[in-house]
Amino acid sequence: MHNQEFFLNALIYLGAAVVSVPIAKKLGLGSVLGYLLAGIIIGPFVLRLVGNEAGEVMHFAEFGVVLMLFIIGLELEPKLLWKMRRSIFGLGGLQVIITAGIITGVALLLNFQLNRAVAIGLILALSSTAIVLQTLSEKGLMRNIAGRSAFSVLLFQDMAVIPILALLPIIATLGTPADLSDTSINSIGQVAQLPGWLQLLIIIGAITVLVIIGRFAARHIFRLVAETGLHEVFVALALLMVIGTALGMDAIGLSPALGTFIAGVVLADSEYRHELETTIDPFKGLLLGLFFISVGAGINFNLLIEDPWVIILFVLLLIFIKFVVLLILGRIFRLKKGFEFLFAFLLAQASEFAFVLISFSKQNKLFDEQTSGMLLLVVTLSMAISPLLLIFNDKAVSPILARWQNKLEYDDIEDEETPVILAGFGRFGLTVGRILLANGIKVTILDNNPSNVETLRKYGFKLYFGDITRPTMLEKAGIENARLLILSMAEHENALKVAEIVRKKYPHVKILARAKDIFHVFEYLNLNINKVQRENFHSAAELGNDALIELGFSKYEAYRATRTFKHHEDQVTEELYRHWLEDQGKFIQETRRFAEQVKETLQAEKNYSIHETDCAWDVDSLKDEAKKEK
Amino acid sequence: MKKILILFAHPAFHKSLINKTLMEAIKDLDGVTVNNLYEKYPDFFIDVPVEQKLLTQHDIIIWQHPFYWYSAPAIIKEWMDLVLQHGFAYGTHGRALEGKWAMSCISTGGRKEVYSAEGKNRYTINQFLAPFIQSASLCRMENLPPFVVHGSHTLNRDDIKKFADDYRKVITMLRDNEIDSEQLSTMEYMNEIIKHDA
Repeated sequence: MHNQEFFLNALIYLGAAVVSVPIAKKLGLGSVLGYLLAGIIIGPFVLRLVGNEAGEVMHFAEFGVVLMLFIIGLELEPKLLWKMRRSIFGLGGLQVIITAGIITGVALLLNFQLNRAVAIGLILALSSTAIVLQTLSEKGLMRNIAGRSAFSVLLFQDMAVIPILALLPIIATLGTPADLSDTSINSIGQVAQLPGWLQLLIIIGAITVLVIIGRFAARHIFRLVAETGLHEVFVALALLMVIGTALGMDAIGLSPALGTFIAGVVLADSEYRHELETTIDPFKGLLLGLFFISVGAGINFNLLIEDPWVIILFVLLLIFIKFVVLLILGRIFRLKKGFEFLFAFLLAQASEFAFVLISFSKQNKLFDEQTSGMLLLVVTLSMAISPLLLIFNDKAVSPILARWQNKLEYDDIEDEETPVILAGFGRFGLTVGRILLANGIKVTILDNNPSNVETLRKYGFKLYFGDITRPTMLEKAGIENARLLILSMAEHENALKVAEIVRKKYPHVKILARAKDIFHVFEYLNLNINKVQRENFHSAAELGNDALIELGFSKYEAYRATRTFKHHEDQVTEELYRHWLEDQGKFIQETRRFAEQVKETLQAEKNYSIHETDCAWDVDSLKDEAKKEK
Repeated sequence: MKKILILFAHPAFHKSLINKTLMEAIKDLDGVTVNNLYEKYPDFFIDVPVEQKLLTQHDIIIWQHPFYWYSAPAIIKEWMDLVLQHGFAYGTHGRALEGKWAMSCISTGGRKEVYSAEGKNRYTINQFLAPFIQSASLCRMENLPPFVVHGSHTLNRDDIKKFADDYRKVITMLRDNEIDSEQLSTMEYMNEIIKHDA
């Protein structure tokens, strides 16, 4: 039965993911590597639970990449994109051209025909959107400058897929056709056969239509569907829209990923953005996982066993070439110290588009069976190695860099007893640090953004560049002698991690923390850390105070009202914390956190009437009594 | 055993010597609760329900503070304004404090002679304390004579230590109900209840 087979496969894939990903995460390897290992284990070379259909699964799962780009598009407003144009076209363009050129040269040296060498160069110049973006979001690097630059490059590469797809058939006709047993040529879209200018016209037309629909029609359709109140219909519509866009783009020879990305950007400022994001997110996660598993399962170990050294050499050579090009470009484009390595390691693997491009080239008789098999293996292995490269960067390269950049300061720290460690010196930490410094308290300030470090040092602040999540960094900062650790950094997940480590290893150090939202506060309370401030509660309350004054409250009245509200907030927080403890297992998705917070806070508030603390200043009961006595 | 609530107020605790020593001499006593107002309400935002509950849980209420401008530091006044509500502390139905005892414990730079009709300050300590005494009376409380530390600027550590010992004895006696009311009516200061051989 076909159905049974489907469910059996689903069981194997899902089971593998559920078992291996948590283990990989516990070991600090990240989910991508976990999925890849799961794929290898269930694949034809270890447990043989899945066989040839792994390729099909991969094609299906490639849709996860499409969904991912849609979600990324949703988070990027057009304005932001315009700001990034220099890094997209400059950095991204140069990366593709230079890398492709060098790889072509190497391929020529290996006696490939010129046209094949060019094809190989173009195909291998691309990096894996799926792996890199998954890693970026998992490590909270999307806002980091290296992460941003990496994203720009990926964006350019996604666009580059279109002309490459168009070029490959032309390149194929320039040389002698490869000897292929399978000669069926599957066109990937009828448009691809049309002349270049017409193709361009159709592409521009399609994008215009997409933008117009997204801008003007989508909103009404979403509202109509949302009004039905049936969530599953909304889910269906969201998927329908993404799949429709992907198929439409595919038909005209555009990369579906790029098409849905544009759709996402168009919808980025619509009011349904969050709803769309939450709806698509689980599908994206699952399909991407599936994609990585199928990559793992598809590794052809036979080829590897036949010629292990050649393959390994090729993989290392590929990574080396890409890494060096990226590193140099990172320098040229002035990435901050230390970040160019992260940037280069992030993008040093080959792309999942390579799978598509390689099979397309094979169809166009550009590569023979042997070449395409080998290329596929090299691509897959480079992808599998890439999470390891990042671990290598984290554990080996960046500590060395950090030490090298801060050699003197480190020595300083070791000699000194510092009562307070302040982690994160951005907008938030700056205020905390200034208060302490103004009162003559010595502070060891850690920050991972070197631009801040340098500016502030100029003004006499004592700052150190480093990543506090690294245990050695904490030790060097003098955690053993510290009295306080103030977590003022914006990377909330990292801050929690640090808090947990310090709680365990250095229980004498008091921890004070900045929290993102109320759930983050709860997580700290759970670690027994109760000096926690929500990063914007007090400033927002002060602005509310100003509003009351503008509305005619006397200043002291407004002050008392605001202060009473703050007091009341503490009680509400306590109540919500108790609720939260009761159903702690509940997962709250990032995008839903705020909605949840609003709901729960207002709910809890219903049970409290704000206690009128100032009744003694104007007592009706006293007046009544006085009147009676008269 | 009576329960004693110390309403302690010193805006510059780190500079305080006398009040700090006195407070530290009694804070570990059973049945004594030290309510450090500036520490608890640095922005004067007094939690009225909490304070009222504390009052109902104790039998003797003591305002302990330096004597600023012939009165108490500002937070004590704020505390009185907000906590001693009509309908709670006074008024026809305000009987929460009825029958409890009230006392002041103060430190002042002036010697005792200065606080007299002939002296520079023209009035006695008990005259200056009239607002406290009458407030307690309005709340249907019994007044105790004040515990006073005079000449605070010229005391050395040994002198302060003696005052602290006396204060501890007074508080212990009050707690254990070892003071007879006849004796009370003859005393100007609570200090007199401790007999010193000298």
